[in-house]
This record gives sequence, C-alpha cells and structure tokens, in this order.
Amino acid sequence: MSNILSKIGLYTVLIIGAFLSVFPFYWMFVMATNHNSVINRVPPAYLPGSELVTNFKNVLSNIDFFGAMWNSLLVSSLTTFGVLFLCSIAGFAFAKFHFKGKNVLFGLLLITMMVPPQLGLIPQYYIITQLGWLNDLKAVIVPGLIDAFGIFWMRQYIASNVPDELMDSAKIDGCSSFRIYWNITVPIILPAFATLAIIKFMYMWNDFLWPLVVLRDESVQTIQIAIRGLMNAYVKDNGMILSGTFWATVPLVLIFLIFNRFFIKSLTQGAVKS
Amino acid sequence: MRSVEVHSPKRRWTEKRKESLAGYIFVSPFFILFAIFGLFPMLFSFYLGFQKWNGLGEMEYVGFQNFVFVMKDPVFWKALSNTIIIGVLGTVPQLIVGIFLAFALNSALVKFQSAFRAAFFLPYVTSTVAVAIIFGVIFSNQDFGLANVFINAIGLDGVNWQTNEWGVKIAIAVMVFWRWLGYNTIIYLAGMQGIPNDLYEAATIDGATVWQKIRFITIPMLKPIIIFTVFLSTIGSLQLFTEPLVFLGGSMREEGITVVLYLWREAFSNMAFGTASASAIILFFIIIIFATVNSLLVNKLSK
Repeated sequence: MSNILSKIGLYTVLIIGAFLSVFPFYWMFVMATNHNSVINRVPPAYLPGSELVTNFKNVLSNIDFFGAMWNSLLVSSLTTFGVLFLCSIAGFAFAKFHFKGKNVLFGLLLITMMVPPQLGLIPQYYIITQLGWLNDLKAVIVPGLIDAFGIFWMRQYIASNVPDELMDSAKIDGCSSFRIYWNITVPIILPAFATLAIIKFMYMWNDFLWPLVVLRDESVQTIQIAIRGLMNAYVKDNGMILSGTFWATVPLVLIFLIFNRFFIKSLTQGAVKS
Repeated sequence: MRSVEVHSPKRRWTEKRKESLAGYIFVSPFFILFAIFGLFPMLFSFYLGFQKWNGLGEMEYVGFQNFVFVMKDPVFWKALSNTIIIGVLGTVPQLIVGIFLAFALNSALVKFQSAFRAAFFLPYVTSTVAVAIIFGVIFSNQDFGLANVFINAIGLDGVNWQTNEWGVKIAIAVMVFWRWLGYNTIIYLAGMQGIPNDLYEAATIDGATVWQKIRFITIPMLKPIIIFTVFLSTIGSLQLFTEPLVFLGGSMREEGITVVLYLWREAFSNMAFGTASASAIILFFIIIIFATVNSLLVNKLSK
C-alpha cells in the first residue's frame, strides 16, 4: 500500500516537473500559430491556430531570418572547430611535454577561468574597433577561440587517456611531435572533442551580450540579436515575435531530442569534472 | 660502444630541446590570442577604471573619481540590490526543488527515467533570449498574459509585471528558475547515482522517512556537488543581463536594472568607459566575495 502511495507521489512530482519544463514550448507554438488579435484577447487562445505560415512571413518581412541563422551557424561552427584544434593541441602540450614556464602558463589559465567575462568587455570592444572589426563576424569568432575551459578539459582527457608508452614508441619510430598529435592523439580523444564541441557550439549559438556589442549592423546579426530585434518592430505583433522565436529555437531542440543522452552527459559532465 | 656513450647525452639533450620547442609552438597560437583578447583586456580594465574616457577622445587620469561616482550613484546600489534579490529568488528555490526532483528521478521505482531527464533538460538548450521573449509574453502587463489570466482566475487583480517593483523581479527570477532547474537537477542526479543504495536500505529498515533520508543521507553525501552548483549559480546570477534587457526593452527601468546592465548602459549609452570599467572592477570583487562566502556558508550548513 505505502509502496503504491509513494509511487503515486513520485510520479506526481515528476510529471508536474516535466509539464512545467515543456509547457512554455507548447505555449510558444500556440502563439506562433495564432493571430495577434487572438493572442491579445481575454481569455487568450489555448490551442494552436492556423497562422503558422502568415506569422512566419511577417517575421521574414521584419528581419533577415535566414541570414541571421546563417551568421549564427557560421560563427558557432567556425569557433567550435577552431577551439577544438587550439585547445587540443595546447592541451596535448600541457599534458605530455615538459617545457619551462608550463605550470605558470597553466596556472594563469585556471585563474582567468574564474574572472567574469564582463571585466574585459570594454577594452575588448576597444580592440575590436581599433582592428576595424566592428560589424564583422570576426569580432565574435576570434575572441571566441579563447577557451580556457577547453584547454583544461583537453589536458585532463589526454593525460588520462593517451598512454606515454604509445608516445615513446612513436618517437622512436621517428614521428614528429605534430604527427604524434595528429595521427595518434586525435583519434584517441574524439569523445572529448564531441563533448567540447557541444558545449562550445551551444554557448556560441546562444550568446547574446558580446554579439550585441560588436554586431550592430543588421547584415551581420546572429539569430539571438535578430529575434530580439523583432520586439522593436513598429507594431508589436506577438504572433510574429513568437513565430521568429519558435523557428530560431526548433533546430537546436531537435538536435537535442535526437542526441539527448549524449547532450546531457556532455553538458553536465564537462561541468562536474572541472 | 664508446661513440654511443658520448653521443647519447647530447642526443637526449637535443630531444629535450626539441620537446620544449614543440611545447611552446603548440601552446603559442592559443596564448597569442589569449594575450590580445583575454589577458590584455582584463588588465587594461584596471587602467581604464582610473581614466575619464568617452571611447574616442583623449583619456584623462582622474584617480578614484570613477569608483567614487559609481559608489555614490543610487542607481548602482539599486542595480546591486535588484541583482541580489533576483539571484536569491531565482536560484535558492531552484537548487532546493532540483534536489527533490533529482531524488525522485533517482528512485528505483521510476520508469521512463530518460524521458523525464530529457524533458527537464530541454529548457537549458533554449537560448536565454528565447526564454526571455516567451516569459515576457506570459508575464505581460495586460490581462491576456498567462500569468494574469491565472491570477484573475483565482479572483485577484492582475499584476503589472513589467513595471511593478516585485513583479519585474519575480518574472525575471521565474525565467532563471525555469532555464536552470533541469540542469542542476541532472547534476544532482549524477551525484546521487554515486551514493550506495545500502545506505538508503539501512535507513528504511530503521524506519526513516523520505525527508530524513534526504536530510541525513543525500544532502551530506552530495555536499561537494551542492557547493559546486551554489558557486556556479552565484556567479551566474551576479552576471544577469540578457533576461532583464529583453524583458524590459530599451527603457531600462530601475525596477529591473542589474549590475551588468548598469555597466553596459554606462559604456554603450552614456559613453562613459571609465565609470563602466570601474563598475566592472567592482563587480569582479563582488563576485569573488559572494562566491567565496556562499560556498563557505553551504559548506557549513550541509554538515
């Protein structure tokens, strides 16, 4: 009896939690498919309507939706690939090579991981203007390549997964350091790549403050800046605003639902292990 | 034989040099970028904090004036108190509910565990901007906003969420709560899966209630992870920016201004880069103090 009761209690808690987690997505879809007048009446529409296409057309007439999606994709993927390379090769050196100043450099990284990014915001902005990169995607991509966590993560992974014996035998065979990295280390650390890629891509895709500061021109805006711009449209059309938000959210959510176990593992493990 | 003996120290020496050369080459691309876009800006902030500068003209050394200005500015204190209130409202319930949800998920009775996990985690995949837009419509001032529909249904008057002192804070705290609850739940769950089941079984035999199990087994065993989440949440909530900016729009009402919004406004609306840098430095120290104090506090409380 008490077993059944505790089961009911358990599922009630979990179902309420799951409902509250998923409901805003449903609500977003309801608004994205209804006319503004239906959203703005009391009581509002509770079910999806038939304005799916119309609302999205209104989005397209207000912002360059696909252009912004493309900018986001470009920024996020280029940064992710860059980070994978830079962090893994530096992490490799930190894990396997001896060189003077190694511990000082690594300690410096650990300290800067603790510093809030806002501290450097203004000088960073100044550097970008001096380089003439304002309104240029480079302004987001290049600083995005700095990822102290990425190096830390790669170093830990390489140190515990790439055996020294393997490196020594490769050295005896006359492999150059770069070939040891490229042909021996990289294939072993692919799982660490996947984890870091998910963390980095999602971070870049969802980032807001820095792109807001350096990407002001509409032609270079990322999707987050663009959908926020929908709120500044002359007529505040909630159906249109939520339609843009919905279609900007769908791609990442779909990818998440397909690979959810791996996503969850990557996004939380990366955090817990450090 | 002899030639080898003479040779090998020298060879080893060049091997060593080769190795450190490779080390420097491998870390240098990162560290060059880091020096330009990471380290230099951080250090330069400390310089800028003592200058008067509009971003274009000459800089002028003004001593501690910027810091005095920020510390005397009532809006800064308003921003700091808003940030702390929203932080407490958004994270304390979140961490507590997260522990309960994780405890429920961890129960051996639960089927569909991975479906529940995916549902809880979904908000974290959503961008902060999208969260703020969706909840911005739910917490509309008008009666058609879902929050007010609900409040009216139980016979109370609707709230002006976007202008009311507490309305603004509650709405933003709900956004934070919603986006991060599942993330912390999953982290707690991962920690709970490492707690041996015999502990709970022994407690059950001794007649412990669910609450007692959570209080005397789960929480003490999870302590390092709880400290970690409190640390992260503290840092995150002190950096709150996107939610209030999107929710309140350009109006930057004082009910919802946060420290980072204050900093951003000083820099990019008022073109006061000196005071903006000073407030960034102040924020930096506030974050260090709060993160340390909160972690120590939790460390004590969960003993």
